[in-house]
Amino acid sequence: MNLSGVSTELRPVVEDLNRRFEGRFNALVTPRLNEVYFHVTMDLVPGFCAHLCRKWKARLVTVFADDARIGHGVFHLYYALALDDAHGLLVLRVPVSPETPQFVALTNAIPAVNWQEREIQDWFGLRLLGHPNPRRCALHDDWPAVHPLRKDFDLNTVLPPFQGERHKFRPVEGEGVFQVPVGPVHAGIIEPGHFLFSVAGEPVLYLQLRLFYVHKGTEKLFEHLPIPHGVRLAESISGDSSFAHATAFCHAIERTAGAQAPPRARVLRSVCLELERLYNHIADIGAICTDVAFVTANMHAMRLKEQILRVNEHLTGNRLLRGMACLGGVRFDWDADQIRTLNGLVSDLRPEFDSLVQLVEDSSSTLDRLDTTGILKPEVARDLGVVGIAGRASGFAYDLRRDFPHAAYDQVQIRVPVYRVGDVRHRLRVRVDEVHESLRLIQTFVTKLPGGPLRIDIGEVPPDRVAFGYVEGWRGEIFHWVRTAPNNRLARCRVKDPSLQNWPALSEAILDNIVPDFPVINKSFNLSYSGTDR
Amino acid sequence: MPGILSKSLSTGIVTTRYPDAPAHASPHARGRLEIDWSKWNDARSAAAVCPTGAIACHDAAQARTVTFDLAKCVFCGLCADTDKAIRMSTVCECAARHRNRLVSTAQYSLNEDGTHRRLIAGPDGATAMRGAVSSLPRNDSIESLGRQIQSRAARLFGRSLHIREVDAGSCNGCEIEIVGLNSPVYDIERFGIHFVASPRHADLLLVTGPVTRNMELALKKTYDATPEPRLVVAVGACGCSGGIFGVNYATRGPVDSVIPVDVYIPGCPPNPQALLHGILLAIDRGV
Repeated sequence: MNLSGVSTELRPVVEDLNRRFEGRFNALVTPRLNEVYFHVTMDLVPGFCAHLCRKWKARLVTVFADDARIGHGVFHLYYALALDDAHGLLVLRVPVSPETPQFVALTNAIPAVNWQEREIQDWFGLRLLGHPNPRRCALHDDWPAVHPLRKDFDLNTVLPPFQGERHKFRPVEGEGVFQVPVGPVHAGIIEPGHFLFSVAGEPVLYLQLRLFYVHKGTEKLFEHLPIPHGVRLAESISGDSSFAHATAFCHAIERTAGAQAPPRARVLRSVCLELERLYNHIADIGAICTDVAFVTANMHAMRLKEQILRVNEHLTGNRLLRGMACLGGVRFDWDADQIRTLNGLVSDLRPEFDSLVQLVEDSSSTLDRLDTTGILKPEVARDLGVVGIAGRASGFAYDLRRDFPHAAYDQVQIRVPVYRVGDVRHRLRVRVDEVHESLRLIQTFVTKLPGGPLRIDIGEVPPDRVAFGYVEGWRGEIFHWVRTAPNNRLARCRVKDPSLQNWPALSEAILDNIVPDFPVINKSFNLSYSGTDR
Repeated sequence: MPGILSKSLSTGIVTTRYPDAPAHASPHARGRLEIDWSKWNDARSAAAVCPTGAIACHDAAQARTVTFDLAKCVFCGLCADTDKAIRMSTVCECAARHRNRLVSTAQYSLNEDGTHRRLIAGPDGATAMRGAVSSLPRNDSIESLGRQIQSRAARLFGRSLHIREVDAGSCNGCEIEIVGLNSPVYDIERFGIHFVASPRHADLLLVTGPVTRNMELALKKTYDATPEPRLVVAVGACGCSGGIFGVNYATRGPVDSVIPVDVYIPGCPPNPQALLHGILLAIDRGV
C-alpha cells in the first residue's frame, strides 16, 4: 500500500485501519495529504466509526449523500471524521443501490448525526433503518413526497400548494402541563423558526424545535451555477458568516485544483475572518445583556460593532465583508491608509472592549441572570458533537484554526479558551477571551503582512474531483465539500454550518430553566437559522 | 450604577448629528453602479460575471437589448472590474416605489463581431429611476432624513411609525443592518420610529426575503394581521427580486410575489442610511 500521499501524522491511523480492516474495504484514495477516502460497504461503517472514535478520538463532523447514479450507478454516502490530533480528515464513502434505497442509522451510537441522517432521508429519499426518530427534518410535513437533491429533480420544479398538517409535534401531558408555541415570526428582529415549549408552571419540561423555515434550496442551487458565482452564493448562506462561508467554499475549490492562495491573500483572509469574529462576538455580548435587561451595555456594544462595520466597509467595500472573497485569493488589496484604519480600530477597541466587559462584570444583577443559566453539560455536549463557542464553554476546545490550519493560521499560535461549566456566563466568557485573541491576531497579521500577488488564477477545475474546504468561523467550524462537474460546474456542494450541529443542544440546555430565560440562553448560542436551513 | 453613568458620560453623544453634512461613507464603499450607456460597446463580459443576472443581454435581429436590474444587484462590483463602462459609486440610497423603476433597458445595434455599436434607445428605466428619487433629498444626513420621516409619519398615521420586521427567508445579512438602526449611532427611536413585537401594532412591514415556500403562509398571515393603513417595504436584493436565489422549488422569490409591496430597497444588504431612505419613500407615498 502506497501511503506517500498521506501526511505523516495521519499515516499511523491509516496503517492501523488497513491492518484492522484488511481486505474488507474496496479502495483507499488519497487526493490530499490530510484528506483520505476509504471506499467501504455499509456494514463496515459502524465498526470503522467506533474504532476511529475510540482509539483515535475521531469526531464524525458531517454525514451527507451524493446522487452519483450518473457515472457510478449508485448513491454515495459520505461519513467525514475529523482527527484533531492528527490534523486530518478520514472519509468513508459508501455506495447505496438505487434498487434498495436505504441505509442504516448511526444516530443510536452517535447522536451528533441525528439531524444530518434525517436530512439525507428527506433530500435523497434514502430510507433510514433503525433511526430512533425517523420523522421529517429538512422538509416540513406538508411537503409532497419529493427528493430535491436527486439529480432527476429539477431545481425549478413548481410544487403544488402544500396541504395537510404542517408539523406533528410530540404530545407532552400531565397535570398542569401546557404548551407555549413561539414563531416562526418572532418578536425581535431575528430569523424565523418554531419553538414549542412544554411547561409546568415556569420551568420548561421539553422543547421541540422546528426549523428549515428559510430553506432556500442552496445546496441544489450550487449545482446550477458556474463555480465563480458559487462564491457569491456562499456569502449568502449565513449573512453573519459571509466571509467565513465564502472562504470555506474557495478553500474547497482551490483544493480540487491543487492550488493555494498566495501568502498575502492568506493573511488578508485571516484578518477578515477575525474582523467577522469581532463584530459578531461584540454584538452577541451586547445582545446577551439586552436579554437580561441591561440595555446600556448593549448600546455600548452596538456602538463598537458599528465602528467595526465601518472599518469592514473601508477595507472591503462592504460592511459585511461581502465581495472580498474570490477563488485563488482575495479581490482587494489594502493601502497604507487602510492599514492605518485597521490599526486604529485595534488600538481603539482594546480599552473600549475592556471597559465594556468591566461594565458587565460589575453588574451583579446581570451576572445573577447569567450564572448557572442554560447549562449544557460536557457529556451532553460530547454526545451531540457540539462545536464552536458552545463547545468551548462545555469542555471541548475544537478549533480548526489550530487543528486544521487554513488561511494564514499556520503562522500564529492560537490560544483556545475552554471552560467546563457550560452556562450562559461561560459562553459569554469564551466570546470575551476570543475577542482579546482576535485583536492580538489581527495585530500580528498586520505587522507580518507579506508582499506579493493577491490572487492566482484557478482556471477551469477538472471534473469529478472531490475536496473538503473548511474554516473556523466565529460561530464554529464550517465545512464545504464539493464534487466537480464538467464545464467549471459542481455536481454537488455540501454545506455544513456549525448551527446545524448545535441546535439540538439548545433543547438540552433549556431544560429546567424558566421560559423567560429562553431568549438569553438562545442568544448565548446564537445559531444561524439560514445556515442550518440553507 | 455610578460606573454605568460615568461610562455613558465619558462616551458622550455618538449619534450621527450633522444636519448639513453628508452621511458617513468610505471612499472604498461600493454603492449603486453607474453605467456609461452611450460608451458601452459590449455588455457580454459584464453579464457573464454577474452572479445574479442583474446585467443581461438579449440579441435579436441585429439589435441587442441590455438590461440592468438594480433590484437584483448585490453590489459586488465584479462587472466594474471587467468593464470600463461601469463604475461603482458610493451612493447607497436607491429605493424606489415601483419595481420597474429599478430596471434600466437600452437597445444597441449589433456588430458582426458580437460587440454593439450604437445606442438606439434608452436607457429608459434609468431616467425614470432618477425621477423617482429626485423629489427626495440625496446624500442627505441621517438626521434630516429621520426628521422628515417623523413629520410625514405624523401626517399619515397621526403618531409615530411602528415597524414590524419579518424575515421571510433572508440569509440574516439584512437583519444585521436593520438591527443597526436601533444602535446609538443611528438611533431611529429619536424620530419616533419603533420596532414592535407584533404585526397588530405595526404600521409598516419591513420584509426581507427571498420568500421561502415555508414562510409564504406566515408572511401572508402577518400581512393580514397588520391593521390598515399599512405599508410594506421589501428589503435587499433577495426581498426585491429573489436575488441570487431567484425562484426555485423552495423559494417564491421576491416579496411582491406574495404580498403587495410599496417600496423596494435594493442592496446586499442595504446599509442603515439606505433603509431610512426607503422608509421615508414609503411614507411619502402614503401622504
